[in-house]
Amino acid sequence: MEVLVILVPLALSLGLAGLVAFLWSLKSGQYEDLDGAAWRAISDDD
Amino acid sequence: MAMQATRDFSHYVKDLGSGLKHIDLAVEGVSCAGCMAKIERGLSALPDVTLARVNLTNRRVALEWKQGTLDPARFIDRLAELGYKAYPFETERAEASEAEQSRFLLRCLAVAAFATMNVMMLSIPVWSGNVSDMLPEQRDFFHWLSALIALPAAAYAGQPFFRSAWSALCTRGVNMDVPISIGVILALGMSLVETVNHAEHAYFDAAIMLLTFLLVGRFLDQNMRRRTRAVAGNLAALKAETATKFLSAEEITVVPVAAIQPGDVVLLRPGERCAVDGTVIDGRSEIDQSLITGETVHVPAEQGTPVYAGSLNMSGSLRVRVSAAAEGTLLAEITRLLDNALQARSRYMRLADRASRLYAPVVHATALVTVLGWVLLGASWHDAIVTGVAVLIITCPCALGLAIPTVQTVASGAMFKAGVLLNAGDAIERLAEADHVVFDKTGTLTLPELEVTNAAEIPADVFSLAGRLALSSHHPVASAVAQAANARSPLIGAVEEPGQGVRAEFDGVEIRLGRPSFCGAAALAAARADVDPEASIVAFSRGEEKYLFAVRQGLRPDAKAIITALKRRGLETEILSGDREVAVRAAAAALGIAEWRAGVTPADKIARIEQLKRQGRKVMMVGDGMNDAPSLAAAHVSMSPISAAHLSQSTADLVFLGKPLAPVLAAIDFARQALHLMRQNLLLAIAYNALAVPLAIAGLVTPLIAAAAMSGSSILVMLNALRARSVRRS
Repeated sequence: MEVLVILVPLALSLGLAGLVAFLWSLKSGQYEDLDGAAWRAISDDD
Repeated sequence: MAMQATRDFSHYVKDLGSGLKHIDLAVEGVSCAGCMAKIERGLSALPDVTLARVNLTNRRVALEWKQGTLDPARFIDRLAELGYKAYPFETERAEASEAEQSRFLLRCLAVAAFATMNVMMLSIPVWSGNVSDMLPEQRDFFHWLSALIALPAAAYAGQPFFRSAWSALCTRGVNMDVPISIGVILALGMSLVETVNHAEHAYFDAAIMLLTFLLVGRFLDQNMRRRTRAVAGNLAALKAETATKFLSAEEITVVPVAAIQPGDVVLLRPGERCAVDGTVIDGRSEIDQSLITGETVHVPAEQGTPVYAGSLNMSGSLRVRVSAAAEGTLLAEITRLLDNALQARSRYMRLADRASRLYAPVVHATALVTVLGWVLLGASWHDAIVTGVAVLIITCPCALGLAIPTVQTVASGAMFKAGVLLNAGDAIERLAEADHVVFDKTGTLTLPELEVTNAAEIPADVFSLAGRLALSSHHPVASAVAQAANARSPLIGAVEEPGQGVRAEFDGVEIRLGRPSFCGAAALAAARADVDPEASIVAFSRGEEKYLFAVRQGLRPDAKAIITALKRRGLETEILSGDREVAVRAAAAALGIAEWRAGVTPADKIARIEQLKRQGRKVMMVGDGMNDAPSLAAAHVSMSPISAAHLSQSTADLVFLGKPLAPVLAAIDFARQALHLMRQNLLLAIAYNALAVPLAIAGLVTPLIAAAAMSGSSILVMLNALRARSVRRS
């Protein structure tokens, strides 16, 4: 069970990384225009 | 007018520092990726523009440019060339704070969801370990880890609930957040004590999962209101509330209404709607005050005549001095009535609050009885309290918190597609209860635009010629003729005689369009006036031939069908109008509405609504215009067409778009369906809890059962809410 010492912190830090990534994306305004983002992905000019 | 107006949008321009400027524009008609690319490319091509970004969700463009020669008015022109109507936009304080609140809820939701996932990851081994061979030390280690994640996460993500519960308790009230907060805090506190005592069960997972589900509900609720606010804000900007202000006797500039001060002098051209309140200081004209009074007869305006925002100038140019907000004006009177009516409305209690008022005491009493019962049966205080807290956790109104916002969100999305915008979150409940619909006539049952009613009597060639001549006139009645004739090319050499009409030469014959006397058709017009006293008459003469056009506000195209459908649904209908009796009687007869009153003042309208309320009716008021604002607020629920004066827009619970009256019916249908589902959801949530509560009282609730009950009931309630998308057509 010594493997827990590695696995638990690893799992938690991965989860935390996900949370930080989400909060960063929220802060940088990626959820301001969800309709537009959907269309920008398929427009071909840039 | 020979004077050329400049446009001054500096009120809306923000200075970003380091030589950059920023402006937000609301744009009409942006709906697809093509528009987005076209606008961004078109605007970026302007020199000095550093950023042009379209937001397709709220239909706005953000622009940044290097300070210097570029005039923001250029952007508007550029967009007009591309085929879009745009107007500078200023974020209202209310909208900005809603956006901030929404971001905060999303952050809370993210934290709570992160914590739930990780606590669950730790809980599942404990659940399975409890029945197999987990060492007590390992279990304690997992419990401590759960506490480490759940406690800070709950402290952060629980803020919306704790704050709201605290403020309710401070005013000695109870809302839904009180039982939620008590449940979460007790569950966490007890789990911590149990963990310290090396106990078998801890409820960190249930408490944090509860917060996650509840935050989903809160976020949906918030988002629905924010979307409506954004659309309504755009519409207000697109109504282009500008005024032409005199900088000096000869120099004029177009400025946003927000930049107009009392004492300024503004110019009101024929065909323009007045954006301010004021007094005429120069000029002579007729004004249409139907938006303000409901009265469709035009009022003569000359020096000293008061004009109100929303009045349409018909014939001559006027100079208007903007009045200070004087007491005793029509506007002041209406504002006073409005405040009173709004206060009365705030006493209405939402379904969710009613439910929680019943729910909270029952839950807390059950928990207390459980604790005392176990002690009386000989259990230890520790075991009795653990069981009592388990009752609180299992009954925590998780599904209850989702039951209403999920339905509201789905229903408001469906209404949005039907052209109805919700202004108030609880409007759906009130709308579903309505059983008596009071309509205003002018601008509500009728369209605000004028139309030619006797088009069939006029030969096609005459009609199209009159239409082309009408293009040269500023008079709103003439533009109605031009529009009805579908005229495109104006006649060359047409001359407008202010207050009289327009004349031109065509094939060597003089043609005239305007007042009957101007066209030598006064006698003909007098006879016509007896037939249709409501209509404005425009005469047209070609040499000796004379024709008359009757122009008036027409009924909305589907008005009769919608009224019939409302009646079939068991709703009573009634007209309350400020207009003259002949006009109202004609409209009532055409629509088959038996109950109508004409020449009604704003105060009379409120009195009639109060009378209906005393008879136990739930009144829905559909109206626009400033004179309706107080009665909209007095009614149980209210709805306005979007063309209305901005004052009524802010007070109506719902607003609808477009020419047809159908959104009124659609809104009622969706609201009834939604209320039905809300009640069903509440029942589902309570039934689900009722199954789990006996287990909790018996002391059999393990964290596994608590988690399953909570997620099961929440998902069931959310799925049921999706049914609000469609209405069964009867």
